[in-house]
Amino acid sequence: MSLDHSSDTSARPTTRYGSNSGQALTRRDGLLKVTGQATYAADNHPAQLAYAVMVGATIARGHVTAMDVEAASRHPGVIEIFTPDSAPHFAHDPDEKMPPFGFRLELLQNHSVRYAGQPIALVVAETLEAATEGARLLKPAYETEEARTTLDNGVEFDPKAVGVGGPPSTSHGDLDAAFAASETIVEAEYSTPAQYHNAMEPHAVVAEWTDDHLTLDMPNQALAMSCASYARYFDIPVENVVIRSPFLGGGFGSKAILNGPQILAIAAARKLKRPVKLALTRAQMYGPVGHRGQTWQTLRMGLSGNGRLKAIHHRSISATSSFDDFLEPAANASLPLYAADALLAEHKGLRLDIGTPGPMRAPGEASGSAALEVAIDEAAEACGLDPLEFRLLNYAESEPGSGRPFSSKALRECYERGAEVFGWKQRPRAPRTMQDENGLLVGWGMGTAVFPCPMFPAQARTTVRADGSVLVETGGVDMGQGAWTALAQIAAEALGLEAHEIEFRSGVSTLPDAGVAGGSGHTASAGLALSKAGLNALAKLAEIAANDPASPLFGAGNIGVVPRGGRLVRRDDESRGERFADILIRAKQSEVTGEAKSMREPENAEKFAMYSHGAVFAEVKVDPDLGQIRTTRLVGAFAAGRVINPRLVRSQYYGGMIWGTSFALHEAAFIDHRTGRVMNADLAEYHVPVNADVPSLEAILVAEDDPYVNSIGVKGVGEIGITGTVGAIANAVWHATGMRVRNFPIHIEDILVL
Amino acid sequence: MNLFDYVRASSVDEAVAAGAKPGARILAGGTNLVDLMKMGVAEPATLVDITRLEELKRINWLSDGSVRIGSLVRNSDLAYETHFAKTFPMVAEALLSGASAQLRNAATAGGNLLQKTRCSYYQDVASACNRRNAGSGCDARQGLNRLHAVLGWSDHCIATHPSDFCVPLAALDAVVEVTGKGGSREIPIESFHLLPGDQPGKENALEEGELVTAIRIPADASRFAAHSRYLKLRERTSYAFAVVSAAAAMMIEDGRILEARLTLGAVAAKPWRSREAEAAMIGQMPSKDLFDHAAGIALREASPSGNNAFKIELARRLAARALSAASAGTPTAMPALPGSPLSTFSGDAHVA
Amino acid sequence: MAIQKFKLPDIPSIAVQISTSLFLNGVRMSLSISLTINGDARTIVLEDPRVTLLDLLRERLQLTGTKKGCDRGQCGACTVLVDGRRINSCLTLAMTVDGAHVTTIEGLATGDELHPVQAAFLECDGLQCGYCTPGQIMSAVGLIAEGQAAGDPERVRELMSGNICRCGAYKGITEAVLVAIEKDATTSKERDAA
Repeated sequence: MSLDHSSDTSARPTTRYGSNSGQALTRRDGLLKVTGQATYAADNHPAQLAYAVMVGATIARGHVTAMDVEAASRHPGVIEIFTPDSAPHFAHDPDEKMPPFGFRLELLQNHSVRYAGQPIALVVAETLEAATEGARLLKPAYETEEARTTLDNGVEFDPKAVGVGGPPSTSHGDLDAAFAASETIVEAEYSTPAQYHNAMEPHAVVAEWTDDHLTLDMPNQALAMSCASYARYFDIPVENVVIRSPFLGGGFGSKAILNGPQILAIAAARKLKRPVKLALTRAQMYGPVGHRGQTWQTLRMGLSGNGRLKAIHHRSISATSSFDDFLEPAANASLPLYAADALLAEHKGLRLDIGTPGPMRAPGEASGSAALEVAIDEAAEACGLDPLEFRLLNYAESEPGSGRPFSSKALRECYERGAEVFGWKQRPRAPRTMQDENGLLVGWGMGTAVFPCPMFPAQARTTVRADGSVLVETGGVDMGQGAWTALAQIAAEALGLEAHEIEFRSGVSTLPDAGVAGGSGHTASAGLALSKAGLNALAKLAEIAANDPASPLFGAGNIGVVPRGGRLVRRDDESRGERFADILIRAKQSEVTGEAKSMREPENAEKFAMYSHGAVFAEVKVDPDLGQIRTTRLVGAFAAGRVINPRLVRSQYYGGMIWGTSFALHEAAFIDHRTGRVMNADLAEYHVPVNADVPSLEAILVAEDDPYVNSIGVKGVGEIGITGTVGAIANAVWHATGMRVRNFPIHIEDILVL
Repeated sequence: MNLFDYVRASSVDEAVAAGAKPGARILAGGTNLVDLMKMGVAEPATLVDITRLEELKRINWLSDGSVRIGSLVRNSDLAYETHFAKTFPMVAEALLSGASAQLRNAATAGGNLLQKTRCSYYQDVASACNRRNAGSGCDARQGLNRLHAVLGWSDHCIATHPSDFCVPLAALDAVVEVTGKGGSREIPIESFHLLPGDQPGKENALEEGELVTAIRIPADASRFAAHSRYLKLRERTSYAFAVVSAAAAMMIEDGRILEARLTLGAVAAKPWRSREAEAAMIGQMPSKDLFDHAAGIALREASPSGNNAFKIELARRLAARALSAASAGTPTAMPALPGSPLSTFSGDAHVA
Repeated sequence: MAIQKFKLPDIPSIAVQISTSLFLNGVRMSLSISLTINGDARTIVLEDPRVTLLDLLRERLQLTGTKKGCDRGQCGACTVLVDGRRINSCLTLAMTVDGAHVTTIEGLATGDELHPVQAAFLECDGLQCGYCTPGQIMSAVGLIAEGQAAGDPERVRELMSGNICRCGAYKGITEAVLVAIEKDATTSKERDAA
């Protein structure tokens, strides 16, 4: 076993950026995390703290008719009970969407219930134990209406948008003509279940009011946006809201969007004039805080005799709630990947009595890729081609449809490197032909990974001080991806310093808005802002020096200067320069500050298609009689622009690949359609992989030099690992057993030959 | 969790006296009861903490070669007791296939016997469940019942007993020692757990206020040490309850089976021992056909209680596999993945 | 690779108040237990028998390093050592551990020196969001003490499977535990030799 992550040769060192990036630093926040000193929201304990516990509905549709408020009130320690009969008032109508991404929420404004788990009361007590029991004693009674939670009894509709504002239908070419010209047509239906984010840290908040100032300790992936929303709910100026979110115990999308329980706790704190802590129970995370909505997908592919894709028709029925829209844009997974003469990706919505779904790690990309990559495998099989050969044959050299060039696309190298490391060449084409020395069936499968590279507007500030210190600030969010480390590395690089030489502040809403930590775009977005802020600060320093006859840099304005180890030096002669601090001291300035607002260059955004790519290869072993499956090997090769920190990037890929394993083989919420309740709302029966499920993972970093995505060359790595992996595993199961399972996750009984 | 009175028993008699009061529940490792209290499934008026009863924490080897396992012996301590693991390897394997290392460090032998079903309708107080609330109905019957019972179930209840430990115990004729107000008595483990019938709430043979003090495995059970396995099919590689499990053991002499044991887990409200299947193997030479045949006998009475017909065939195959693995010989070392069918093949090296 | 300390944004220090206003069946309860927590002997007055060891640590003793992930023994985030053994503190009523020695993540490092398991987790990147990490580390410390894994990665994976990591840091976790086992074996040998 080698621990020498830093000697990675696949992450090509770049001379373009100099100092810090590319180094496999350990996590800067790691020390706090391994010693238990990292404070997550629920770790806070202000004086006079009261505990809130939410009560969730146990029906999916109907009305609350009674609650035993008296019994709950009598319980020792209970302070206050909030129900629809004693509802807090909000300045914003919770049943109206909160722009830009806020969903309609239930904040006890009426007695109606529209999904199981919906908040219907909040009990506040002196202790957690008392609040918990108070909540139990409410024992609500209901008038129940039929729950609609199936494809049959849900209400289908034509959505206005899918995902976050995406078009519900996208096409290019003449689909009918392309199918007519096809020699082979492959068509199949796939389904993906409701999945729940299940971050290890339950949604929590410690809310504290001082007059009309609100301080929130909460895990939050979108600090600035949330501040604005809370300000509107509570009718206070946005600058009165402070969110502290130094660490998130996982987010995966579920902590990016406002949810009801946290707002109720904030309201309770205001009413009681005491700080209030609320942490959801694990079971309560299966309702009001989003999930990956179910999909029912159909993929139809037209193929020419030599195995070229002529037509792709990808349809998805995506579930959403009865009252709001978030539809898995699953069919869009087919848009960027394979070259076909014609393509149509389209979506229908299905209204169910469930909590509104939301973005969950690779929303749409994951569920769409699951279907697409299996379909591609089926198409390759239909053409008698090796799945890798088939993918290469249909490789998109430019963005399908638009014809735009890719800003960079090292997918071919990913295929090559991944296949080589995995040993793909040895794979027999026919299924159920490989066995290990013990008689277990062995299967090899692959999938292509792809993920867009969005960027969000972000801001940062860099202050260089006369005492030699440097302060870098942005309201970034570290939910495990490594923002504390990677963003500091980018900031340090711009200044020509090492990461430990700067003071990096992040994780609080009072800092410059670093945008949303989501869409795999946080490092690129906040990183670009940090980079530019640093360069702006240096430009100010350079201007002072270049105009100062006493400076060795006097007159260097035209030639330019570069930062090297805390000094500014002439670009043409690095021996001539001086310390940042000396420039300021001589100019009698205590500091210079560089600020930046960043976004992708619109021209580049227009001109280029931008995606991260990868290839995932999976080996599964399957007990031939018992159907027990284990993913014995996963090799992923990914190209995602410049790698800031290979250690962290690998961890992101491993995590994504484990999520792919989970999607393929494990996780699903089981809803009792009679009641609309999730019956495995826990971690014992809602299976996510445990350590023993992923014995062998390998992530290969394929170098990509992309000057167009942004000036720091960073794409994004947080979500791509799931895509490709799901299909790779499902295809490996087919290769091992000959059983093509199209409904995820794959269960034992699906592959038993009975 | 409701408020309760907390009583710390300092002797078995004290525990029995306190435990006999209405609404009292015995607390040992707490890994099941505290969870049930959090869900509101258990609402004890009094908790009788017996964790201080040193006399129940011992593993005693009796002069006749049998072993008495105190009811407070922690699962991990028992599984890692070298002599015990050598003598009753499939019991150790079953223990180590259960739950997690942390839970095994807390969970007790007695508590394992008394653990409640994992049926999600039992755990969900908003659901109808005859086992939890007599006469309320069974929401599992027409509900999500993929993993429910295929043997011994009734229209009143289709829950399974989730224990791993109890499965080999049943195969080995273990005896449960209990003490109540009227003194001590012994209950053969096969009659300890009860099938639901029309009274699923009556889960075991304990009388009101009786305390499990020990589990005894008879000396002659050690005859199976060389040929025994516990296998457990799960939906993830570890830290999951069984879909189906099987404890298989045999004595082989001169190539023939002198005696055999077969008990299935997670198929019924109790460990499901099949004496008929056992009898069918006596005097026979071990073979795949024989084990298929015996496994078939064990499942002969099985019928789906819902959407779980696959479990019958799966249990049959697992039973056959367990018999086959047992006949091949107990592994010399505990497999790296205890109970995993993936470890029925030679060696531990499932993965490079 | 040097471990770098860094500064967190200024967060005002927070005083902790222990609630003392609970009554049991109308009668004021005072249940006193003694615990040695990370080497400190403490007498703790519990107002409520329902308090779990986890909530005692987190909400009443300011030891918030131990985390609550599921509160039902299904994730391992709350793992601590009680008398040297790893257990789920969420399923342990505080009353029942009267007299015990409890070790939490806060008690693992010696001064500025990390416990070998902590150091290995850092080095192997056996963590991402960090929320399950204290439980993983305490579980690993317990695992090493149990001595059942030797240096077998498969046994380590199995014996660490009671700690769920949703971020998926399992590879680093397994590597970290193996490194720590190796280090522990070396240390023991040196100790034996000395």
